[in-house]
This record gives sequence, structure tokens and C-alpha cells, in this order.
Amino acid sequence: MPMHLETHLRAQRSAGKKLLVPYVTGGLLNWKEAIRAAAACGADAIEVGIPFSDPVMDGPVIQEASLRALKDGATPFGIIQEISTLDIDIPIAVMLYYNTVFRAGHERFATSLVKNGVSAAIIPDLPLEEAGEWCRDADAAGVETIMLAAPTAPDSRLPLVVERARGFVYAVGLLGITGERDSLASTATVLAGRLKKITDKPVLIGVGVSNAEQAYEACKVADGVIQGASVVRRLMESGPDAVGEYIAEVRAAIDTH
Amino acid sequence: MSVMQTPGADGRFGQFGGQFVPETLVPACQELERAFTEAWNDALFREELNHLLKTYAGRPSILTECHNLGRELGIRLFLKREDLNHTGSHKINNVLGQALLAKRMGKKRIVAETGAGQHGVASATAAALLGLECKVFMGAVDMERQELNVFRMRLLGAEVVPAQSGSRTLKDAVNEAMRDWVATVESTHYCLGSVMGPHPYPYMVRQFHRVIGDEAREQCREVLGGDDPDVVVACVGGGSNAIGIFSGFVDTQARLIGVEPAGGAAVGRGVPGVVHGMKSYLMQDEEGQVQEAHSISAGLDYPGVGPEHSYLSEIGRAEYPSVTDAEVIDGFTLLARSEGIIPALECAHALAWIKRAAPEMQGQVVLMNLSGRGDKDVAQMMDVLGKK
Repeated sequence: MPMHLETHLRAQRSAGKKLLVPYVTGGLLNWKEAIRAAAACGADAIEVGIPFSDPVMDGPVIQEASLRALKDGATPFGIIQEISTLDIDIPIAVMLYYNTVFRAGHERFATSLVKNGVSAAIIPDLPLEEAGEWCRDADAAGVETIMLAAPTAPDSRLPLVVERARGFVYAVGLLGITGERDSLASTATVLAGRLKKITDKPVLIGVGVSNAEQAYEACKVADGVIQGASVVRRLMESGPDAVGEYIAEVRAAIDTH
Repeated sequence: MSVMQTPGADGRFGQFGGQFVPETLVPACQELERAFTEAWNDALFREELNHLLKTYAGRPSILTECHNLGRELGIRLFLKREDLNHTGSHKINNVLGQALLAKRMGKKRIVAETGAGQHGVASATAAALLGLECKVFMGAVDMERQELNVFRMRLLGAEVVPAQSGSRTLKDAVNEAMRDWVATVESTHYCLGSVMGPHPYPYMVRQFHRVIGDEAREQCREVLGGDDPDVVVACVGGGSNAIGIFSGFVDTQARLIGVEPAGGAAVGRGVPGVVHGMKSYLMQDEEGQVQEAHSISAGLDYPGVGPEHSYLSEIGRAEYPSVTDAEVIDGFTLLARSEGIIPALECAHALAWIKRAAPEMQGQVVLMNLSGRGDKDVAQMMDVLGKK
């Protein structure tokens, strides 16, 4: 069985650490090297993006990365199999759009994740109302389904999201799609604060946390951050070493808490 | 569930439909469902909408019998003339409804996607009329082949933004519109142009277009001495004009035919999938990557289809044949020469099927929804037909 993501993150948090989860698009040139570099430079878990033809939650950087990976012949099962060869000692989650799972079949997909050492899945176009069947199948197979909480959710909705979340709660930092912004949106810490009040599951902010300084800001309230576009852009522009350096920089910033 | 009624809270038509949207949009979809249900049951809203349809859009649209073409094909052929609506297509029915609803919800801005530009023009028109800000996403490829409609939208005060990703057609314009909506949901209504997307759109857009079918049924009974047509035909991309006319005849004995382009035959060649917020038939590969559609008509260049069409196909109530681009070009010129009506390339798909199937329909009454006029396609057809 893969490492248990939530147990791992809780242990890190108990040790006084803020949590850092970099996102890397699977199948992108040097993606495995980038993951190893991030793991060596202080990441607590890794999120691997499975490229999809129509990524509606993603901005230009991750769209471009997905397109490049698909052009290079990346496939969901190909990426998942390669994850098993990574040989890193932190948990791995995949981020993917629901059609990838639906087309493969829930059980087949979940089984493949477990077999290849993937702990968890994030499916941004599968909200609570549609997630029931997948969550049951994922629970049964031993895959933790990370649920997203959005700034637009009324107070009555957040407890339901939190209750269904496994691994951690993904607090969407702003109204919008993935990508780097000049400053951390005020919605990020407000939402993290609302979530922290109702759950002791780890709460991580993702979408729009764009650099070490913003990660530090986010971690004033949240248990940690996800770093997506800022990581993927560096991988595309400069390669895996730049990813390692960047993760070390963010690590240092959030460790000052 | 009896056919074409109100779907439940899960927004399903059989196994199809649903609300597969990012968490950020769930409250907005739920709010829209509540607002639409309330408005649709509000006599004042319906009166306001009907008044606009009558005094602004030009409804009811007329029914025209094609005597020349009918004689040639051995059938009685009637056209429901949605091409005569203001802005030149059926799209205005839905857009006036949604724009009124947006105002009722206190939204100041609408975003829309468009393929051929007809929905974009209709959206820009309604926004101008009702004082809303309007941004339209359109595939970069479509902006080239539908240059005239791009200019019309800008003339009407809308901002037109090219969708540069993927196939740079309708599918990608929908992606961009959804991305915009995720970021602007508090001030903005997404004015979706077809019977697709997350619940409540497929249901709501059908209700706004059912006026086509309701009128046509009455008009047919008047000219046919109380009878219904034998066959009802419409083209299908997302499927809004087809759903509109089908809704008037689904409880009759009429065959319902939705004609897809061969290069975008979601029902004919797709398998169930999930994209753009809905579960429906979808052209996709073994890994679930959405395939690019290829059609001469920008309005039908879409790899998916509205979920209610998937349902009507699955239960066998409607049929979804497809026609080739070459047949479409033939259909386009056929109607122009025989009846003096230049159809939109989208509608030429329906004509192409009627021509092909006519030998098996001898003596029957065929009703076709002429959902748009062909002016927008003339420049493209000049190239196709060699400027003869």
C-alpha cells in the first residue's frame, strides 16, 4: 500500500512544520527529475498533474504544460506507472479531470493508483454532489480523495466538504484558475481561517500562491501550501534544478513560522 | 421520468447531464437553478420575456412550405423560419431569457462562448438592449471564418476575445468562458448558448427554446388539418435548435431526427464522457482525451452534445444520423436555388439529410427547423464554391 497522506501530513504538522506540496505536470520534459529535486529540497508531498485536453481549472502555464506533455505522448496510465519508479519517501497525489477516471472506470483507475504507489487523488471538476460514487470506490481501494473548498461556499457547505475530504482539505485561494498572481488574494487566508475553525484535517491553500513570500503569508493561517504554476513555469523555462532551488526557497520562508 | 419534463435536483436525463463543475461554481449553478425556477413560474417574468420575443425578436416565426423542393423530392416540406428572427437565428430566444434572468439576479455582466458567432451576436444584442456588459469568447479559427459576425458583435459593443488553445474552435471557446466565469462569478452570468453544460443549463435553455416547437406544432396543425408532421428534422451541434423544435413534438408520433456533421458526430460516434460540466456522448480517445471536431460549419464544430440528446438517443426516441461536408454544400445551394432561401451552413446539414432520406419518405410531411440564415456563411462559401 502507498504511504497514507493524511497520517504523514499530520505527523509533519505535529512536528511543528508548515506543509509544502509542489505540483508537477506528469509527462512534461524532466518531470521525474523535478519531483526528485523537490523531494530532496523539502517538499512534504507531491502532486502530479495528469494532463487533460480540456483543463478548465487551469491557467496558461499549466495549460501549456499539459499540451506539451500530451504532444510528447503522455497518457494517464503511462504517467501512473512511471510514478512507481520515482523512489522518493514522501506521498504522492495525482490531480486529474474526471473524464480520465470515468473513461478508465473507477475501480480500474483506483486499483492502478494504489498498485503504483499513489496515495491520493484531486479531481477539480468533481464537486461534492457528483463525487459520491467515486469516493466510495476510492475509499474501498485505499485512495484518499482530496476535496476542494472554494471561497464561494456558504458556511452550510464547508462542513460537508471537510467531512468528505481525505488526505487534506484543498482551500482554493481565489476566485479563478491556476496561475501566478502579484499578491496573495485576501480570500485565501479568509477561507483557510473558516476551514481551520471547523476541522483538524490539514488545510492547504492552492491556486494563486505564487512565491515564497505569498507562501509565508498563506501559512500564517493555513497548515501549508500547494505550489503549482510557479513550479511548472520554472521546470519549462529552466529545468529541474530551478525547481529544487525554488522549493528550497519556499521551504526556508515557511519554516520561519 | 416521462420524456422532456423537468429534471430532478441532480439535473439528470437518464444517466446523462449532472453538474460536473469546479467547486467555485457550484453555488452559482445552484443559485441559477433557483432563480430560473422562480422566474419561469413568475407570470410577470414570462410576460416580459414574451413581450420582447414578440416586439423585439419578431415572434412568432412563420412556417413556410417549400413547394418546389418538396415536389422535387417527393415530400411535403415545411420550414420553421427561425432565420427570420432578429439577429438571424433561433439563438435570440434563449439569450433574451438569460439576459432578463441575469438582470433579475443582479448581475451586471454576461460572458458567452460562440461557434459560428450567432450566439455571440445574440448575446451582444441582448446586452446592448438591456444594459449589460458583454464579453464573448470565440475560437481563433472561427473568428477567421466568421469575420462578419465578429464585426457585428463589436459593433454591438461586445468585447470579442479569441480562444487560442486546443483546436481554437467552439470547444475551446467554452473552456475560456468557463475560466472567465470561475474568476468573475460574483458579478457575472455565464450566458451559455446551447442545451449543454452543467445543470440547470440544458434544461433552462430548452425551456427558452421550446417556443419554437410549441409554435410549430400549432402552425402545422393549422395547415395539416389537425395533423402532425411525419418527420421533424434539425441540425445538432450542442443541440439547442433541435431540442427547441423536438419539445413540441416529442409526445406525437413524429420521427425526430437530429443531424450531426460527420466530423463532429458525438451521438453517432461518441461514447459517454464528462466535459464542460455534463455527462453526455463525447468524441474522445481511449484515454478520455477529448477529440477535435472537424466541420465546415463553425456552429456544429463541437465534439460533445447536449445531455438530453444523449438521453433521447439512448431511449430510442430520436435518431442522430450524420452528413458529410460535401452533402452540406449541396444542401446549401439546393435551398437557395429551389426556394430563394439561403440557409445557414448548420441548417444545410438538415437539408442534406432530407435530400438523402427523401426516397424513403415519399409522400410524407417533413418539418425542418431552419434555425439560421446563411448571410454569415456567404464569404466562406465564396471560397468553397470558387467565387463562381
